[in-house]
Amino acid sequence: MKQSKLMLTAGYAALLLISATFIIPFVWLLRSSLMNLSQIFTMPPEWIPKPFQWDNFHRALTILPFGTFFTNTLIIVAGVLIGTVLTSSIAAFGFSRIQWKGRDAVFGILMSSMMLPAAVTLIPSFLGWKMVGFYDTFYPLIVPAYFGGGIFNIFLLRQFYLTIPRDFDEAAFVDGATYFQIYRSIILPLSRSAIIVVALFSFLGSWNDFMGPLIYLKSDSLFTLALGLQMFQGSYSAQWDLLMAASAAVVLPCVIVFLIGQRYFLEGITLTGLKG
Amino acid sequence: MRKGLFYGLLFTSPAILGFIIFTLGPMIASLVLSLTDYNVFREQTAFVGIDNYSKLFSGEDELFYKSLGVTFYFVILRVPAVIIVSFAIALLLNLNVRGRSIFRTIIYLPSIVPAVASAMIWMWLLNPDLGLINSALSWLHLPTGNWLYSEGSVIPSVVITTLWGIGGTVIIFLAGLSGIPKQYYESIDVDGGGWYSKLRHITIPMVTPTIFFNTIMTIIGSFQVFNEAYILTQGGPNNKSLFYVFYLWRTGFRDTEMGYASALAWVLFVIILIFTFFVFKTSKSWVHYEGGERA
Repeated sequence: MKQSKLMLTAGYAALLLISATFIIPFVWLLRSSLMNLSQIFTMPPEWIPKPFQWDNFHRALTILPFGTFFTNTLIIVAGVLIGTVLTSSIAAFGFSRIQWKGRDAVFGILMSSMMLPAAVTLIPSFLGWKMVGFYDTFYPLIVPAYFGGGIFNIFLLRQFYLTIPRDFDEAAFVDGATYFQIYRSIILPLSRSAIIVVALFSFLGSWNDFMGPLIYLKSDSLFTLALGLQMFQGSYSAQWDLLMAASAAVVLPCVIVFLIGQRYFLEGITLTGLKG
Repeated sequence: MRKGLFYGLLFTSPAILGFIIFTLGPMIASLVLSLTDYNVFREQTAFVGIDNYSKLFSGEDELFYKSLGVTFYFVILRVPAVIIVSFAIALLLNLNVRGRSIFRTIIYLPSIVPAVASAMIWMWLLNPDLGLINSALSWLHLPTGNWLYSEGSVIPSVVITTLWGIGGTVIIFLAGLSGIPKQYYESIDVDGGGWYSKLRHITIPMVTPTIFFNTIMTIIGSFQVFNEAYILTQGGPNNKSLFYVFYLWRTGFRDTEMGYASALAWVLFVIILIFTFFVFKTSKSWVHYEGGERA
């Protein structure tokens, strides 16, 4: 498409303005997290902390046991990530590389569960976990990931597997390979980027999860970062310096993971927009 | 193929079992629970038939209609806002300007921020006395607001905070836009049409499938808003942000009326189904698929 100079310039200006709007909350977070309270309360607002109050981070993260929250979050995230990658990649294989009667009907039923509001299964799931004695443990947050890892991830991987030529499987079959060997030595190595996408989504999903931990965890010692941050806000609601330092510390790992894997992220979201 | 059915089921069995254990089973259990007066702290549980549902709709439970109203208002405000804003941003990102990928990263970045942290940041930005937004408004000599703390502005304020996280929707639009063949635009160049006729006659018709997809996903997501209600407003002020799922959570987990909350959950499910069905129905008249066929 030919684009006139004027239009490009206007578009460029609009993009600059929008990007600035999207980035200001981050700047505001960072600047508040490094200021002392009296400077935070200065009107009109200042942008450069004077002095840089690095101590905010130390104070914010030690008032509550954020180290424990961090470890808890890491355990849950790692558990979910492993389960999701393992079982969603296997299930997606069964839904794309093996021909069987009723396959697409079953897949359709599983897909339709994406429309089901989480609220519908929330209460029975809670009661079920409580009945088997796993209330106030990490199990309700981790175990479901080992059962398919979420239909969304299966869908995403299936979309990707469908782009791999069938001839690869056929040739391997002729050589006497089993389905599992085809999965392990052909499909998995070729789908590295898609698997990384699923791993990234799964990392963010469980790192950011709020409702799950809120419902299943009762003891402070089991709290995740998200719950801890919320608890912190409850008790230090006017301490904007510490609150912003704690928030920045929770946001930072996500931003790092995103910036490292952003190529895959954008690919992955694009993949979901395709028709299945 | 050899033993297709056996291996097919073997490979997909974790997902199928997961669906039965964590979706289908709880779904049925929830339907059954919704016909009882189950409460953890009540000695006995009785089957009450459709009593929960008639209590909901009879108007006896004022908060039900209130939360429904709040949620509808939110959905009606948020869905068009998300679609229009993210489509406009995607159009800009689709221009051949320098630094596109940096702009794209910046716009996507907020959508990965954990909901709790995002809520903290926005509470602080929208703080009536010391927040950046009111400071900027008064600097520009514009009227300031009480945002999350005023009955009239709480829902629009929550919508604004969620617009920060539209990066995912933007990227999906961008993928739809990049799929439009270049030669389609050339015919308009030949006819001497400008950007507006390109937008109207080519771009918009060609991305209707993406608009459709994003609209459905945004509707489903907006009906289920919980984190914002829990962290930002706790339903206040004066129940003006009593989002449906927040009310459901409060009923089921704080007041432990789990039978009644299950009925609430099923009503939500049916509402979402109706809305999705409605969008699907109308899509026949406005979603264009390539080759002239219609959905």
